[in-house]
Amino acid sequence: MADDLIETGKSERNFTINFGPQHPAAHGVLRLVLELDGEVVERVDPHIGLLHRGTEKLLEHKTYLQGIGYFDRLDYVAPMNQEHAFCMAAEKLAGITVPKRGEYVRVLYCEIGRVLNHLLNVTTQAMDVGALTPPLWGFEEREKLMVFYERASGSRMHAHYFRPGGVHQDLPMKLVEDIRAWCDQFPAKLDDIDSLLTENRIFKQRNVDIGVVTKEDVLAWGFSGVMVRGSGLAWDLRRSQPYSVYDELKFDIPVGKNGDCYDRYLCRMEEMRESVKIMIQCCDWLMKDENAGEVLATDSKFSPPRRAEMKRSMEALIQHFKLYTEGVRVEEGEVYVAVEAPKGEFGVYLVSDGSNKPYRLKIRAPGFAHLAAMDYMSKGHMLADVSAIIGSLDVVFGEIDR
Amino acid sequence: MSEALKVLGEHIANAQDAAVTGWSIANGELTVEIHRDRIEAVLTWLRDDPACRFTTLIDICGVDYPQRAQRFEVVYHLLSMHQNHRIRVKLSTDEETPVPTVIPVYPVADWFEREAFDMYGIVFADHPDLRRLLTDYGFEGYPLRKDFPLTGYVEVRWDEEQKRVVYEPVELVQEYRDFDFMSPWEGAKYIIPGDEKAQDGQKGG
Repeated sequence: MADDLIETGKSERNFTINFGPQHPAAHGVLRLVLELDGEVVERVDPHIGLLHRGTEKLLEHKTYLQGIGYFDRLDYVAPMNQEHAFCMAAEKLAGITVPKRGEYVRVLYCEIGRVLNHLLNVTTQAMDVGALTPPLWGFEEREKLMVFYERASGSRMHAHYFRPGGVHQDLPMKLVEDIRAWCDQFPAKLDDIDSLLTENRIFKQRNVDIGVVTKEDVLAWGFSGVMVRGSGLAWDLRRSQPYSVYDELKFDIPVGKNGDCYDRYLCRMEEMRESVKIMIQCCDWLMKDENAGEVLATDSKFSPPRRAEMKRSMEALIQHFKLYTEGVRVEEGEVYVAVEAPKGEFGVYLVSDGSNKPYRLKIRAPGFAHLAAMDYMSKGHMLADVSAIIGSLDVVFGEIDR
Repeated sequence: MSEALKVLGEHIANAQDAAVTGWSIANGELTVEIHRDRIEAVLTWLRDDPACRFTTLIDICGVDYPQRAQRFEVVYHLLSMHQNHRIRVKLSTDEETPVPTVIPVYPVADWFEREAFDMYGIVFADHPDLRRLLTDYGFEGYPLRKDFPLTGYVEVRWDEEQKRVVYEPVELVQEYRDFDFMSPWEGAKYIIPGDEKAQDGQKGG
């Protein structure tokens, strides 16, 4: 592990070690160059970009519909939340209103994404500090949720389900019923994980008072999401700048007190329970007969014509062909749209020059700002705490490296 | 919402009239354009002014307009959790002129500026550690510039003889096809093969 030895000229010697890029606690391909004084971390230099695919460049060469797929591959733990941000940006520029049913389906799947993400994060954070059982328990539930993804979109992860103007297809009623049934049994599973971790002595020793983030740090380092709420600031875009139909739904924003890794863990556990509440409300809404209707805006150029219509109408056939080859021209202008992704504020800054492709698309990934503060947060901690801090930062390299 | 933004825009333009070159509200978002050299002062003021309190730096990014004399735009997105509003601050620069760093105002700017440097070659003056961030070690060029090809210049492969990864110029079996979907109803700028015959026929007949 020890790469080299730096002779500082003084009596003490600093070690520089490599953490990753292949390390089970690095949550992907992160390489940290750690400068250690004994076992105390003096400096952290994260080397990122090992998963850089040039998503922003690729998006400049793809039409809006083709671009959606790239958003699944950013934060691949909660794919649809990203699609939501991109679709909202395109809708804002093109001036499309989404039908109510479409919004509810979107919110339902965004909350599934949040549970997917938090399940992975909470359990792997436990694995980083030595517990092996929680991931096995958590992944069973994730598996069920991925099946819901598959039944809606045909794909377990990279769904490509949201469209500017709504979602691609309506959900079968049996699927909504199954999601509703899942919501009833999930809190018990959460209680199981809760009983494994929350009062666990080792888990607490590794997380309490580690990686403390004050309210000042939160602002200076551009944190968002659980990193903000864990420090006692009640800031959630779903509540403070409501988008979609979040203002019609009842849910609470869990807030931490101390801003350490343990509080962030508690926030995530509580957020999953809130997400289930939202999912139940969405399922109940979707199951009512009076709420049947379109899920995709029919008056926008982004929506393909109905299949049956295409068989008879020449115009429909032409529109279908033009939509999937040329794509849609979007008004000239620029927008910034942010959603509360599970990891924090996921933003899309879209500049359009009036053509069928984005002129510039900047993806603002929450994990990027969080990892930028890694050096600041780890300074003075022990080497073993580094993996606990990474775990609670909730980093996924799909979105950080882009 | 836009009324409040208008008030805010006027407030900023009055207080920082030496720095602000223009401001506008489009799509319900406030955009302020400023002089390049004043960025640090403006952001400090935006952070501390009680009516603004933009305490969170959300993002810094570059945008490339090769046809302009100052080809790069640097865009800062700020958020105020206290007042619950957002703002976009813009300035322009070219390949050589450095932009003052805003790390003293927002420490998180460190990585955002490194990314803008990596992707566009925008230089930030007084940045303590302006290294490449996302691209490969030893990478050359600035990938998000409009004149950088989508496929890049080099590709890597594992060389069995040398037992290491080697870099080679990109070789594509087929060019990346960037289709031109100019709408035939709006008039394409190119001549479709065979069209010239119709012209000739009209002259003859």
